[in-house]
Amino acid sequence: MIHETSWIAVLVFLFFAGAVLAISFYLGSKAKSASGYFAAGGGIHWAVNGVAFAGDYLSAASFLGICGMIAFYGYDGFLYSIGYLAGWIVALFIIAEPLKRLGRYTFADALDNKFNSRGIKLAAAISTLVVSCFYLIPQMVGAGALVQPLLGFPHYVGVIVVGMVVTLIVTTAGMVSTTWVQFIKGTMLVLLCAFITVLIFFRGVSTKPTDSAGREARIMKRDVPVAEVTTGATILPEEGGWIGKPYLRVKNETGEVSVWRKEGDRLSEAQTVTVLRDGRKLVNGLPRGKNAGEADLAPVGYVSRLPGGVEKTGPIGPFGFLRTLQDSEVILWNSDRITESNGGVTTVYYQNPTPGSDFMAPGSSPTFKKVRSAKLFDKLDFLSLMLALFCGTASLPHILIRYYTVKDQLSARKSTVVGIAAIGCFYVLTLFLGLGAMTSGNLDVTDSNMSAPLLARSINEFLFAVLSAVAFTTVLGTVSGLIMAASGAVAHDLMTNFLKMNLDEFQKVRAAKIAALCVGLLAIGLGILFARMNVNFLVGWAFNIAASANLPALVMLLFWKRTTKQGITAAIIVGMVSSLAWILLSAQAYKDVYGLDPARAIVPFSQPAIITIPLGFLVLILVSVLTSRQATVRTEPQG
Amino acid sequence: MAGLDFKATGVKEREDAAVVAHNTRAGVVLFIVYVVFYGGFMALSAFWPEAMSKPFLFGANLAVVYGFALIVAALVLAMVYMKVCRKSK
Repeated sequence: MIHETSWIAVLVFLFFAGAVLAISFYLGSKAKSASGYFAAGGGIHWAVNGVAFAGDYLSAASFLGICGMIAFYGYDGFLYSIGYLAGWIVALFIIAEPLKRLGRYTFADALDNKFNSRGIKLAAAISTLVVSCFYLIPQMVGAGALVQPLLGFPHYVGVIVVGMVVTLIVTTAGMVSTTWVQFIKGTMLVLLCAFITVLIFFRGVSTKPTDSAGREARIMKRDVPVAEVTTGATILPEEGGWIGKPYLRVKNETGEVSVWRKEGDRLSEAQTVTVLRDGRKLVNGLPRGKNAGEADLAPVGYVSRLPGGVEKTGPIGPFGFLRTLQDSEVILWNSDRITESNGGVTTVYYQNPTPGSDFMAPGSSPTFKKVRSAKLFDKLDFLSLMLALFCGTASLPHILIRYYTVKDQLSARKSTVVGIAAIGCFYVLTLFLGLGAMTSGNLDVTDSNMSAPLLARSINEFLFAVLSAVAFTTVLGTVSGLIMAASGAVAHDLMTNFLKMNLDEFQKVRAAKIAALCVGLLAIGLGILFARMNVNFLVGWAFNIAASANLPALVMLLFWKRTTKQGITAAIIVGMVSSLAWILLSAQAYKDVYGLDPARAIVPFSQPAIITIPLGFLVLILVSVLTSRQATVRTEPQG
Repeated sequence: MAGLDFKATGVKEREDAAVVAHNTRAGVVLFIVYVVFYGGFMALSAFWPEAMSKPFLFGANLAVVYGFALIVAALVLAMVYMKVCRKSK
């Protein structure tokens, strides 16, 4: 779908980016010490830090991915909201206070507080780097996905712009500016989403939704007799990948090819995008474009049947909205890939009328559909992902370092409660935003990530501009927090603590800034390399690795007195390597990364947390017991 | 120590072992309460998905109501934790 460049969006984005950079430069001039750079001098107010938690956490995946998933598949996207928020319970009740008590600047500091072990420093620093980089990839991919349709730039331009702006932010001021960027972004995001949700309730639900200019959405044809489609048109023969598929292709006198999906003796209208071998794109058989002789995909997303057979509901309350959709039928869209005989690849997007009772319950999306399977392994996949989301939050380095920016444990607690309130509000809103987008008549069938901005566009162009700009700062904020965590791991944990490099204060801050620059460039490269991958899938990876590598070490250090430094080091390494290996050998990686048959995957399900988190605990306990025995044996003869 | 002493910045909080033990116990108890609640949601979704699509409250189905309840419960338990935690003197 071609999105016209919105100059309002461009101007608002430039204003936001400019304001963020101005704040960074201003605050950067005030933070000269390493304490100021890494931990904002421990002087951030708890309320500001709490909202900044929300800013850090509500990443591109949270904002764009969840809304998009709900808009395309329904309730399943909300499962991510529930899992992401529940993770904060682990952070608040188990990790926050002890971590604040133990640490100084980084996650490695906290783990190493008791032992002063170079092994722990190295393992924790590598784990921080790996998790930060994996979490960076979806953010950068999200940045590119936003820029492409919004401003008309190619994907890589978005990745480079975001990477450069963020690296500039981080290298100018460190944690102070990062915190304020997160505070501004978190506040704007929650308020803006609340405002749009109210507008959704006022608009109500309609079977003929209109855009901001009052134009009615195009309703795709359904239940059409075959003769009505084929009369006066040429039926294209079944060839290549079309053989045996339930489609009928007809060409009209202008050359436009319409594809219809066969449903019994009736047809329903579909849309196609063909990528030719030379890279050119065709939409419905014509060159992609807006001019005569060209074609573009139609926007989608509307209710086909409302309760009581009415055409529109009028203004509606939150529960009325949910109840209405539950009793309605919505046209969702599925896709099918077909290889043409000339080597091109056609993606067919076809209508899938789905009752609310189906999409308002778990299991309607490709990610979670296995929850409705009778196989135990399929259910384990779902349970494992929910476990990773629950345990992953408290193991994310860029979230953990935020506990060092407040002055004491009470402030750490208060910050987390403010964070939970802001994030909880936002996640409740995601369900309404996603369902609002699903029925807005303005979805891009090829890109779920654009659902929230396009929902705003269906209401008002300026709202779209502001929301897009906030989406950009969402990416900026999260990426800057991640780069901050990674640069801390390099400069503080690796260079100062592990390699024992004797650097003065100025040199240490400079080393961190150089590290931030390198990680920023790496993030740009990875964002371009992984451009085609699903954002939510990549976030799932990061949560699985973070939970498997970091959580067993953190929890056991805090709650088991016999934990040894060797146990912690072994748990981090085994958790990180095993979860990474499991992911790379999973059916999802076979399909999406290597392009191989997923049935040949070595591991039985795709999400490793349910195996690798307990494995981390087990390794820690075994190694700790063995090494504490050795230590006892060694000390006995001397005593 | 030459250069930056990473372990010397800031004033270390004074800690009372009894307060730390009390706060830790409160955190663990509340954590277990939430884990049971969250575990119930996971089990229902995985093993009785049809129950989740049944209308439950104000016409909304169990999946939606349970999801909202998990989000609200997180905030409520967080506030309870704030209330029961003690501060070192």
